Amino acid sequence: MESPIKIQVVDLYKFFRDNAVLRGVQLEVRQGESMVVIGGSGSGKTVLIKCIIGLMRPDKGEIYVDGVEITRLKERQLSEVRKKFGMLFQWGALFDSMTVWENVGFGLRWQTHLSDAEMKRIATKKLELLGLRDIEDLMPSQLSGGMKKRVSLARAITMEPEILLYDEPTTGLDPIMADAINGLIVEMKEKLEVTSITITHDMTSAYKIADRIAMLCQGKIIEVGSPEEIKNSSNPIVQQFIQGKSEGPIKIIEPSHLPMPSQPRLRGEKYWTGKEHY
Amino acid sequence: MNLFRWIGIYSLRFIEEAGRIIILFAQTLGWVFRPPLQGREILKQMEEVGVRSFPVVVITAAFTGMVLALQSFTGFKRFNAESMVGTVVALSVTRELGPVLTGLMVSGRVGSAMAAELGTMRVTEQIDALYTLATNPIKYLIVPRFLAAIIMVPILVIFADVIGILGGYLVSVEILGTNPTLYARRTWDFLEMNDVFTGLLKALFFGMIMATISCYQGFSAKGGAEGVGRATTNAVVLSSLCILISNYFITAFLF
Repeated sequence: MESPIKIQVVDLYKFFRDNAVLRGVQLEVRQGESMVVIGGSGSGKTVLIKCIIGLMRPDKGEIYVDGVEITRLKERQLSEVRKKFGMLFQWGALFDSMTVWENVGFGLRWQTHLSDAEMKRIATKKLELLGLRDIEDLMPSQLSGGMKKRVSLARAITMEPEILLYDEPTTGLDPIMADAINGLIVEMKEKLEVTSITITHDMTSAYKIADRIAMLCQGKIIEVGSPEEIKNSSNPIVQQFIQGKSEGPIKIIEPSHLPMPSQPRLRGEKYWTGKEHY
Repeated sequence: MNLFRWIGIYSLRFIEEAGRIIILFAQTLGWVFRPPLQGREILKQMEEVGVRSFPVVVITAAFTGMVLALQSFTGFKRFNAESMVGTVVALSVTRELGPVLTGLMVSGRVGSAMAAELGTMRVTEQIDALYTLATNPIKYLIVPRFLAAIIMVPILVIFADVIGILGGYLVSVEILGTNPTLYARRTWDFLEMNDVFTGLLKALFFGMIMATISCYQGFSAKGGAEGVGRATTNAVVLSSLCILISNYFITAFLF
C-alpha cells in the first residue's frame, strides 16, 4: 500500500524582480520517502525548498503539508508547522556566537524547560549519533566543513522532526566525507523514519539516497522517477544533466538573477538597485 | 534622467524604507511583551550597549563640558556675563549636548555593531536557521537589543550630564579662575529637574531610533560582505541623521 502524501506542491510560481524562478512546480512527496530534487545552479531548487518550509512565500500556487495549506498561514501558525521540519543549510548556518552544544541544543532551549546540563547531555548524544565526539565546547569557526555539516544535521534532528530538508548536503566536501554524509542521510531515513527532501546536483549522492528523483529545469519539474527510471530517461535534458555534458539542450547562460542565499521578504523592489550607500 | 522621475523614485524609496522601518518597530514592540522573557539575552546586550560604551561617553562628555565652559566664557565676557557660565553649561549639557552627543557616539559604536552582527547572520543564513528552529528572529535578536538600548542610553546620559558639568567646573575654576562656590551656585540656581528629564526622555527616543534603524539595516542586508558593509555604514549614517532631526522635533514638542 502506498504511504500517504506528506507534502504536496501545486502549481507554484515565484518571481524575483521580473525573473520567474519557479513557473508552475508540481511535486508530491510521500511519507517516509526520500525525494531528491536535482537541477542546475540557479534553477530554483533552493527557492523551492525555502517555499516548502515557509521561509519564502510563493507568488502563486499552493503547498500542502499533511493536508494543511501553508502559503497563506499567519506567522504564528506557520511557526507551528515549522516544528515538523528540520533543515540542513548549504553552509551549515551554525550560530557563530555559540558553542557546538549550544547550537545543537538550540531548539530545546525555547521549547522545553531543561537545565543547561540536561541540554548538553542530549546534544552530546545527538552528536555521537553522527560520529562526532569531544567537540561540544568548540566554536563553529574551529570546525572543518564536514564537521560543520554534521553539527548542523545534529541540530536539525534534535527536535525529532517528521520532515528533513537538505540543501546541497555534499557540496564542497571531499568524496569520502560526501559518502559519509550520504550514509547519514540514509540512516536518518531508516532510523528516524523521516520524510526527506534533498536538493543537490551531485548525482552519485542522488542515486545513493533517493527513493525518487525529480528534475527541476527552467522553473518546472520535468521528470520524476526512481533512480533507475531517471538513469534510463528518454528526456534529452535529463540525460544531459545526469551525464554531466556541457553540450545539449541545456545552454550555459547566466541566469539573469541568481537568488541570494537569503532574500528578505520585500515587495516593490524595483526601485532599489541594492547598492544604496548613504 | 528626467527630474520628475528622479524625484519620484527617491520619494518612493524614502517612503518605502521609512515604512519598512516602522513595520519592524511595530513588530518589535509586539514581541516585547510575549514570553519567554529572555533575561540572559537582554543582560548581555545591556552590557554591550551600556558598559562597553561607557568610556567613550565619559570622554566625550568631559571634553564637551570643558570646551563649552571655555567658549561661553569667551563669549559672555563680551557683555560682562561671565558669571553665567555655570548655568549655561548645566542647561546645555542636560538639555541638549548630553543626550545628543551620547546618542551619536552610541550610534556609531553600538549601531554599527548591531548592523554588522545581524547583517552577517542574515547573509550566512543564520536568521533562516532560526525560523527553522521555530524561533522568531525578531523576538530572539531584535527585542533584547531594543530593550538594552532604551534602558542603557538614558543611564549613559545621566553619567554624561554629571561628567559634562564637572568638566565645565574644572575648566572654569582651575583654568579660568572662577570662584568655585559661585560656579556651583550658578549651576544649581537655574537648573530645573525638568531640564534633566527632558534630556533623559530624548535619550530614550534616541536609543529607540538607533536600535530600530541599526537592526533593520542588519536584517535587510543582502549580498555577502559588501552588503554587510553597506548595512553597517547606512545604519550609522541614518541613525545619526534621524537622531539629529528628531532632536529638533522632540525638543520643540517639549518646549
